[in-house]
Amino acid sequence: MTEAATELLTTADGRPLKEALATAQSRAKRRAFLLVLPLLVFVLLTFLVPIGYMLKRSVEHDGFSRSSPTLTQWFKENPEFDHMNPPEQAYAALVTDLAEMQATKNTGMAGTRINYTVPGSISLFKKGAREAAAMQPPFKGAMLALDPAWGAPELWYAMESASSELTTDFYKVAADRKLTETGWERGDDKQRIYLYLFFKTFVVSAIITVICLLLAFPVAHLLAILPMAKSSLLMILVLLPFWTSLLVRTTAWIALLQEQGIVNDALVGLGILADDNRLTMMYNMTGTIVAMTHVLLPFMILPLYSVMKVIPPSYARAARSLGATSWTTFRRVYLPQTLPGIAAGSLLVFILAVGYYITPALVGGADGQLISNLISFHMTKSNWSMAAALAAMLLAAILALYWIYDQLIGVDRLKLG
Amino acid sequence: MALPTYASPLERVWYYTYLVICTLIFIFLIAPILIVIPLSFNAEPYFTFTEKMLTFDPAGYSLRWYDTLLTLGHPGSDTMRDEAWWSAVWERSTWVQAAKNSFWVGLWATILATFLGTVAALGLSRPEMPYRRLIMAILISPMIVPIIIIAVGMSFFFAQACVPPDSIWSTIFGPFLSEKGCLVNSHLGVIVAHAVLGIPFVIITVTATLSGFDQSLIRAAHSLGANPRTTFFKVVMPLILPGVISGALFAFVTSFDEVVAVLFIAGPDQQTIPRQMFNGIREAISPAILAVATLLVIISVALLTTVELLRRRSERLRGITPH
Amino acid sequence: MKKLLILSTALTSFAFTANADVTVMSWGGAYGEAQTEAHVKPWAAATSNAAVMVDSDNPAPALKAMVEAGNVTVDVASVEYADAIRLCDEGVLEPIDAASLPAGNDGVVATEDFLAGAITECGVSTDIWSNVYGYDTTKFAADAAPKTAADFFDLAKFPGKRGLKKGAKAVLEFALLGDGVPPAEVYAVLSTPEGVDRAFAKLDSIKADVVWWEAGAQPPQLLADGEVVMSTAYNGRLFAAAINEGKPFQIVWDGQIYENEMYVVPKGAPNKDLAMDFIRYATSTDGLRAQAQHISYGPARKSSMATELLFKDGKTVMAPHLPTAPENLGNALLTSADFWVDKDAELNERFQAWLAQ
Repeated sequence: MTEAATELLTTADGRPLKEALATAQSRAKRRAFLLVLPLLVFVLLTFLVPIGYMLKRSVEHDGFSRSSPTLTQWFKENPEFDHMNPPEQAYAALVTDLAEMQATKNTGMAGTRINYTVPGSISLFKKGAREAAAMQPPFKGAMLALDPAWGAPELWYAMESASSELTTDFYKVAADRKLTETGWERGDDKQRIYLYLFFKTFVVSAIITVICLLLAFPVAHLLAILPMAKSSLLMILVLLPFWTSLLVRTTAWIALLQEQGIVNDALVGLGILADDNRLTMMYNMTGTIVAMTHVLLPFMILPLYSVMKVIPPSYARAARSLGATSWTTFRRVYLPQTLPGIAAGSLLVFILAVGYYITPALVGGADGQLISNLISFHMTKSNWSMAAALAAMLLAAILALYWIYDQLIGVDRLKLG
Repeated sequence: MALPTYASPLERVWYYTYLVICTLIFIFLIAPILIVIPLSFNAEPYFTFTEKMLTFDPAGYSLRWYDTLLTLGHPGSDTMRDEAWWSAVWERSTWVQAAKNSFWVGLWATILATFLGTVAALGLSRPEMPYRRLIMAILISPMIVPIIIIAVGMSFFFAQACVPPDSIWSTIFGPFLSEKGCLVNSHLGVIVAHAVLGIPFVIITVTATLSGFDQSLIRAAHSLGANPRTTFFKVVMPLILPGVISGALFAFVTSFDEVVAVLFIAGPDQQTIPRQMFNGIREAISPAILAVATLLVIISVALLTTVELLRRRSERLRGITPH
Repeated sequence: MKKLLILSTALTSFAFTANADVTVMSWGGAYGEAQTEAHVKPWAAATSNAAVMVDSDNPAPALKAMVEAGNVTVDVASVEYADAIRLCDEGVLEPIDAASLPAGNDGVVATEDFLAGAITECGVSTDIWSNVYGYDTTKFAADAAPKTAADFFDLAKFPGKRGLKKGAKAVLEFALLGDGVPPAEVYAVLSTPEGVDRAFAKLDSIKADVVWWEAGAQPPQLLADGEVVMSTAYNGRLFAAAINEGKPFQIVWDGQIYENEMYVVPKGAPNKDLAMDFIRYATSTDGLRAQAQHISYGPARKSSMATELLFKDGKTVMAPHLPTAPENLGNALLTSADFWVDKDAELNERFQAWLAQ
């Protein structure tokens, strides 16, 4: 041990060099980390914690459990009860809670919670609560006489589930599952709106990505092969939309595409269209796709351009001189070299498109709405847990894509202009 | 670029077709932005060119929509335009209030994002930085996570993020918080939200500038006897300044253009220009929106020019000459 | 510390605009303007308080969200009758003391002066407004113009796009009225699942040609821009566009669905006492009369109509333009608050699902 130590190199003040280097290294590490720390804390507090809150909301709702203590207690004591035919005590507990809800004005809250999983429950609860105070035993008969829906097994499944503050119900609803007599099942196709909208959002984003790629490729190529002076000038045409307010661009597309808009006016003026046969390009999916393509196009052009700029033209010349046609040269030599740019641009555009809100909200009409708009719809209706569950599902999809992006391209290679 | 001399006739045709296609795409990119400018001078409340406008009849053009930007929300819009009238414009007009809010929120968000982002970028570009990739991914994520998700999360959290009344915190932050001392419906809330959204841009531009930065310059400065502070301000800062400024401009534009977070976390006292435009577009698209749009286009042209000049200066300083 | 304090106060004082004292939330557009001119500005001037109007597509859900989040920024809001009752049931609203409302100018006590049902536990009615539909007269010959609710759904006879409100309320009733259900039976039919299906089936028949609107200011704009040939709308908005801007809009009163509009105060309003004072001022005989001079909604007090009511232009007689004019009530439906208090959430959800299909 001592022998080995004497063989070590030491610094001027006699410390072993390895140790001194390690100390210096870890000090440097600490210093670097300390520089990043304030921002990390800031992002943690203002970004990660809010998202955590949202995730918490998606599995938490006390609207029913808070206002029905008696029934909650009963569910706890009788976990094995028959949902098809709940006993008199269950109805007695229910009536006690309903009467209390009426007095404390909590019926809407409790009914709303059950309504998420069993539609129609709000009116059922309101009717029940109004009568509860004056009700005489046997309560089961009285409640069923008031409305047979009080005997529905799905209602009892829903109330049992809602009596716990923590719940996965919202994810089940967001996955278009439905409570039936025997528990959760796949909903019928007519009401499968959430997964359908997710699917639609992904398809529309894919369409937009493809259109962006088709439009960006020639432009990026032109910018890459032009001399610097000319390409800088043209680059401004790409960057100006990038720097212009999203709302300005959306407004502009409304002016251009609406039925009495500039494009239709021009087509009618040129005699291509009849005045009563104008194209509907706004407030539908067409409007959403056109406006979003315009908004996202620079995000495709810039990564493509930065890759194309460094592809040496000599490769193409070599291919040509070896006898390849221009098409073969493009397909076999040029295109493969642009793949990193295509991947970077496409992923970025797709990720941004999936979460888009403003443009579809303003120009989408009824059929141009995407999943973000549904999240916003639930927020304005104060269905917060539902909005949070949908947002969490969207977040999971985005993070998966982001992870792929990081693995393939690396976030530190993201460039702007 | 010219065609190579060996190009076949078919290639010539394709080449010119290609140029036409590119031109069309450039028109697609730029035309919508330019079209709002003439439309904003429409004398009629329409969103399209009137016949008078197309024949360049002066009667088809007017400044009335720019005027409504001053008079909307003005308590005495049709009174004489004296000093009191103008001061009421400054204090009460809806669009002027929105512009003031947008400007101040943008400014503070930019300062916050630029300061924190630059310092962090300095740390991130040191070779010794641990967990670099993971931390980078976290710091860039506000740009990637859909703004609606961020806004939903913030609206939940900011409603609970309150300072206790009569505490030292409420003395310091009180004026920036809502009446109940919470982040929601407060200027500070909007500033913080916008700062988070601007941070990725600052990180990206500053680390990009630093990637071309020669670390031996720092050692040289040290060996010549400069202390870390002098080294930073005399050596590092001048070289990364263009990157910092363009990051700051990105952050400002992000805030200046942001509407979703404002929709979810701001109250009636924090209405910004994009928020007013959002309302305007949904309700009645009067050319007043186009007047605002025109002003915003002018601002973005100015910002873009600044950033371009800075980028060139930065490349010159770092010895990368345009080729 | 002291420095910080001075700094922060100094910064706020020049950086941000001052907080308004009383915030009133209404429906924007011509209606919001009428309430601003008739209530907000005069009240602020009379009491030397600051007051500001904010717009919403529908203040009721916004209020509920605010109260549930414990984050109320609004003092007074203008909501539909059923919403005033529903939100009151749900504990979102402050009760309003009917006895504190001022007597009419003719001395009749408020509870007698207001129309029947116009004062509820948490709300005071300002006016009676109506869901009607209107069309652009330049698009149809005078002898071939739409005249009934059924005509709205007749794409063969009256081709062109329709504007419809993006929401279940008044739209489902209108679909049934258009399907030939007499007003007296509409809610009985709509209470059955088959009735709801019938309403949606009727809407299905025009779904492909509908432009959906959300804010009350949109329908006149859609008509003016030629985006639709006819649209459902709040009657006052069409009136305002026709009178103020000379637009060629004609209202079809057949199948109108009318109801009371209410001023309410949310629980936790920042300035509750001032809010109550505002409501007393706004719903006085003169306050309601002033509003009716700006928009064609019938005032909720009898005394407000004691003398002939003229529009603010000083020449248009308002009476025939009000939903309550006898000639307009031929095939009219009074919104059932009871029905919507119970069914609002359920039917709107179904409506949303139907839209997304």
